[in-house]
Parts: sequence; C-alpha cells; structure tokens
Amino acid sequence: MANSKSAYSFASKKQKLDTHIIVVWVDNEAGVLARVVGLFSGRGYNIESLAVAEVDQKLNISRITIVTTGTPQVIDQIKLQLKKLVPVHKVADFKREDKKVIFKEMALFKIVGNNNKLEKAFKACKKYDAVILDKTNKSKVIQITALRREIDNMANNLKKFGLVSVSRTGAVAMTRGAEVFK
Amino acid sequence: MSKLYSGAEIVFRCLQDQGVSHVFGYPGGAVLPIYDELKNFNSIKHILVRHEQGAGHAAEGYARSTGKPGVVLVTSGPGATNAVTALTDAYMDSVPLVCISGQVPTHLIGTDAFQECDTTGITRPCTKHNWLIKDIKDLAKTIHKAFEVATSGRPGPVLVDIPKDIQFQKTSYKKYKKINKSNGKSHNHFSQNDIDELINLIGKASKPIFYTGGGVINSGPKASELLRELVHETGFPITSTLQGLGSYPADDSQFLGMLGMHGTYEANNAMYECDLMINIGARFDDRITGKIDEFSPKSKKVHVDIDPSSINKNVKVDLSIVGDVKMVVASIIKTLKKKKPNFIKSNKQKTSKWWEKIQKWRSKRSLDYIGSEETIKPQYAIERLYELTKDKDTYITTEVGQHQMWAAQHYKFNKPNRWMTSGGLGTMGYGLPAAVGVQVAHPNKLVIDIAGEASVLMTMQEMSTAVQYGLPIKIFILNNEYMGMVRQWQELLHDKNYSESYTAALPDFVKLAEAYGCVGLRAKTPEELDDKIIEMLNTDQPVIFDCLVDKQENCFPMIPSGKPHNQMLLGPKDQKDKKITGKGRTLV
Repeated sequence: MANSKSAYSFASKKQKLDTHIIVVWVDNEAGVLARVVGLFSGRGYNIESLAVAEVDQKLNISRITIVTTGTPQVIDQIKLQLKKLVPVHKVADFKREDKKVIFKEMALFKIVGNNNKLEKAFKACKKYDAVILDKTNKSKVIQITALRREIDNMANNLKKFGLVSVSRTGAVAMTRGAEVFK
Repeated sequence: MSKLYSGAEIVFRCLQDQGVSHVFGYPGGAVLPIYDELKNFNSIKHILVRHEQGAGHAAEGYARSTGKPGVVLVTSGPGATNAVTALTDAYMDSVPLVCISGQVPTHLIGTDAFQECDTTGITRPCTKHNWLIKDIKDLAKTIHKAFEVATSGRPGPVLVDIPKDIQFQKTSYKKYKKINKSNGKSHNHFSQNDIDELINLIGKASKPIFYTGGGVINSGPKASELLRELVHETGFPITSTLQGLGSYPADDSQFLGMLGMHGTYEANNAMYECDLMINIGARFDDRITGKIDEFSPKSKKVHVDIDPSSINKNVKVDLSIVGDVKMVVASIIKTLKKKKPNFIKSNKQKTSKWWEKIQKWRSKRSLDYIGSEETIKPQYAIERLYELTKDKDTYITTEVGQHQMWAAQHYKFNKPNRWMTSGGLGTMGYGLPAAVGVQVAHPNKLVIDIAGEASVLMTMQEMSTAVQYGLPIKIFILNNEYMGMVRQWQELLHDKNYSESYTAALPDFVKLAEAYGCVGLRAKTPEELDDKIIEMLNTDQPVIFDCLVDKQENCFPMIPSGKPHNQMLLGPKDQKDKKITGKGRTLV
C-alpha cells in the first residue's frame, strides 16, 4: 500500500457530489444562525449560499435556505444533524434538479456609463424580470431575479456595459403547486 | 402576590426540584450570588474541586455511575473555558451534564469586561444546547429545559450561562412538575415491522454476532438485563465496545471480549466473518471499524440506536431501528419468543460451525503476554487487581492510554455503570476526578482509578479534593515513565524515534501522596504486588499506588489503523512462535 506507514485510516473512495437546497425552519433566537452555520463548518460540510429571514413574526420562526453540495450520505447526515438542534422545527431538502421546486436568487447591478451602454445593459437584463431601482444620467441600479448560473453569466456580460458593483442574495426556494412542506 | 425569589435562589430551587443532591464547582466573581445562596439549601451538597476541568469530569463520573445527570457550577471566563474539555468529553461519550456558568452583568457583555468570554459561543459545538439568560423570567424554565435536553434521547452536556445581574434580580417561582412530553428531539417510535424484519434475519443467520455499546448502559440497568436475556435466548456470540463493557458479563461463555483496535482476536475476526451483525447502541467508531471499505464485508448489518444521525454515518446498514435500547430489545425478545419458540434449541445446529470457528480463534489466546519474575508486567498488575477486588462491587475509572486498554482487556466487568473511561475524546486526566465523582455518589463502594503516570499528573490536584471530603479513592498508577501509547506508536510506526514521550522528571508519587495528606504505596516486584494491593484495599483513605511496571511492554493485540479486522497484530508471544516479529511490524 502506497501509504502503508500512515497511522491514520485512509479516506474512502470519492463519491459523486450532488447539489441540494436545504430549508430549515428555526426559532428566531440569538445564536441560532451560528448554531446552523457552525454545524456545517464544524463537520466539514460545504455552504454555497445562505439566505435567512424571519417568516412568521407571531410564532417567531425564521426560514434558512442553504445551498450545499455533498454525497448522498453527507446530505443525509446534514439533515439528521440539523434535526437534532433544539431550535430547529423542520428540515426540507430538495435536489437542485427538482422540477417541482422553484429556486430564485436576486442580484443588484450598478452600471455606470453613457446612455447607450445603460440602455444595452437594461436590455440584456430584461429576460430576468429586470427592474430599475435607481437612475441618473450616468448610472443605473438594476435588479434581477434568476438562477445562480444565470446571474453569474449576467455579471460577466454586463462588464462591457460598465458594471461597477454587484450585490446578490443566496437562493430561496418554494415548492410548486398547492402543496406545503410539512 | 406570590413570593419573589432572586435568580440565585431560583437556580437552587430548580436544582432541588430536579432532585439534584451534589454540585461540583468552583466559585468566582460572576457566580458569587449563587454561592451566597448555597447555605440556604441543605439538600444540595457542593463539592469544591481544584480546577474546573476536575468539576466536569467528577460530574461525568457521578453521572455515569448513577445514570443521573451531573451538575457543574463554574464562574465566567476562565471558569467556563476550563470546563470545555469536560463538556466535550461528555458530548463525545453521551454523558448527561448540566453546567451552570456565571457571566459578567448584562450591561458589560461585549465590552471585554474582566473575566468575560463568549461562553455560549465557545461551548456551542461541545454541548447539545446552551442558553444565555437575558431575562430573569426565563431562568427557571430554561434550567428545567436544560435538564430535559441533557437527559432525553441520546444524553449529553448542556450549559446555562447566567449574567451576574440576573442572579440578583427577583421574580416568582412555580414548583416544577415533570411532564412526560416528547420535545420532538427524542426518537422512540420504531415499528413492529422493523422488529419482524430483524427476527427474520436472526432466523436466517448462520454466523451472527451482537455488537453492543454504551447505548445499552445509557438506557439503564434494565437494558443490560434484557440484553443478557436476548443473548441467552438466541445463543449468539456477543462482543462489546469500550463503552459497553459491563452491560454483558465478561466471564460468560458467549462473550468474546472487547472488539476494535485493541480488541480480542476472536471478537475482531467474528466481526469480519459474520453474516449478521446486530449493533445495539454502538456507533461504528473508527477505532472499532478499522479500514471502513473492508469492514465486515459479508454481513447484513442491523443498527439499533436512539440517535437517527448515528445511522449510516460511518457504515451503511441494511436495517435500522431508531429507539431506546431497553424498548427495542424488549420488543425483540417478545417477538422472538412468539414467532420462534425454543429458538435456541432449533437453531443450535445452524450456528455450531460458527461457534467452532470462534473457539479456534479463542484458542489463540490473544490477550496472553509473556510473564516475568523480575518486573511487574502491566497486564499482570491488572489481573491481580481484578482477582483481589472481584468480590467487591468495584467501580473502575481510567485515564487514557495503554493502561486504559489493559484495564479494558484484563478487568472483567459484570455489571453496568461500573466502568467509567474517556473513549470518544480520549481525555488524559479523566480518571482521577471521575473517581472523585463516583465516590461522592457511592461513598461506601470501592472506587479505583487505573491510571498512567503521565495522565494522572494532568489532574493530580484533585487528590486534594478527595482528601478534603474523605473520599477513599484508590489511584492505581501503572508507572512505566513513558506516555506508553505514544511510545508504542513511535516504536511501531515512527522507527523507534521516542520523541518527547519519556518523562525524565517524575515526582515521587509516595511522597506526593503524603504531601496531599493521603497514603502512598509502591510495588516494585511481582512478589510484593499482592500484599501491596491488599494493603491499599485495607486503607480507608485515598491512596496513590505507584506500581512500577515493565517500561517496554506494548498493548496487543492491535489492529493497525487503516487495516481491516482480519489483519491484526498479535502479541510478541505469537509473533515469536510464527517468527514474524520483524515482518509483522513493518507491515503496520
């Protein structure tokens, strides 16, 4: 064995990684985000993006949406470990490819340039529900909602039209149809 | 209007209502109001330790030997950070602890105040849950919740951080009534289908084995009784993890001894070759499985555990039963008796070949060692200790290292809750304070810490605690002047480069004992060992026993890390017989 002197066990074979969106309903209390994020970093799980906000003021519930990658075994562990946390109420898990689920991210682009460039930039954004939030002679702030890769592409494309600043959120998710995740 | 109580009083009222009789702690600025109240609560006895880590381990010893949660009381800042090792230890070994820590007053939090630290932040990854009290009205319900979280499901440590101003504030207190309501975090709803499936597998197996762990102990003494019944009803062999020792009698013929890195030849080979593995309350730890890709390749695996996240974490299993061991095993026995009456007789033929094989492995006598007339072999010391104490109801704690493994191999446990050792975290310095906690809980029992000279020096200061409270703990040091397990690994894996594993200046343990105000004894030869042990047992005071043992002895058998169960390294006797001394070692 190549590494036969190692006193430590060998890592098992590499498995295929899947991208999952994990949705966690938690009590909105001090430190709860640190608990969730700490669980990921402490056990070596990956966080691609994170979105969190209170969704029920009366019951004091926040909804955390985490995009993560891992082997099926790791994804199972993430869910089971999350469910053990005291402030966690429920955990949902969707594959990124899942057609029954809507995923959206939002981005703000600040474009600085002449009228021609500003116009072109807005045109390019149009297919992603573009909204102009601020406008001056020299600049525009454009909001789009789209998928991660689409936003990546747009951020690249807009460079030539004078993109100077990008601000974007993590993904949020919701199931299609009348069903609600219990 | 109802009577108002200060936060400090409420802490004790809560402890009283939870039936707490002992608190292990150390005072300091941020917990002074709580300490001030102590005098008004006679039912709660405070044990003053010498270091907060000692308080934590003592509470662990208390908890593991009684099944009740251990309570720790420490001050802010260094008080809390000193307790972190013990909290992590309890987290890894699933020991219920409730740690109450003082915190600087609310208005000073975040100002880098004197003895301030982010206690809840620091202890978040090493507790099941923790709380910072911001409102006196939350105090009582939080402490009661803390006990519930610590003791429900898979037990573990929790921490409640109480700022000093909250300890002074007043509010009303309602007597606590225990509600038997699930908090949604403990899982005990396995189905009869799962049990039927298991009975089906049991019926088919010709090479079965039970692999049991600390979960059996945590489920209570009844679980151990039921386990014994189940093992007898099936006639299957059983092996146990380090933490599970005592749940099944070690001298029973169906018991194969401990498994894992330093487990017996028969246990590890049976794990490798079995066709049905029934894991009850163990967690497929890496010291158990060895190389995971080659772990028990031919078996169907069943896993009974109360923690759903333990299932499929390290090893994929074919059938999982999530529930409390006691309930699951009771259900298995009931179903087995109903569906397959007289199973043990009808099945005898089927497993007879398997037992023959096991006997062959047993005949290797893998725990044997080469005796000596001149020097005390550490294994011999433990054997003698066992022989001379087996008729008493003895509680054993250990530190971490070779002596711990020898104790696990050579001391035979027949009852649960008699064996307290740091398995998951492997904390050197655990055993002495743990023995303090055990002795506090069982004042009239014999409590022995089987120790190494390096480990025991890490928490030696707690001898002073033992002397203060008249706790006659026995510290049995296997003194080889080395960090033995480190030395062993350096010998086997690092070309005998004994880098920093020798302690060149050790204290005279006999004089040290006398300095602490207890009794010191020393044994140098096998000849005098028995007499000295008897002298130790007859001493009604704390004793430090300095047992000078062979300095070169290694702990065998051993599965080198990264190897499967069937590639064990046996002791020097076996290696000599087969003349593989050199080769066997380079294989590691």
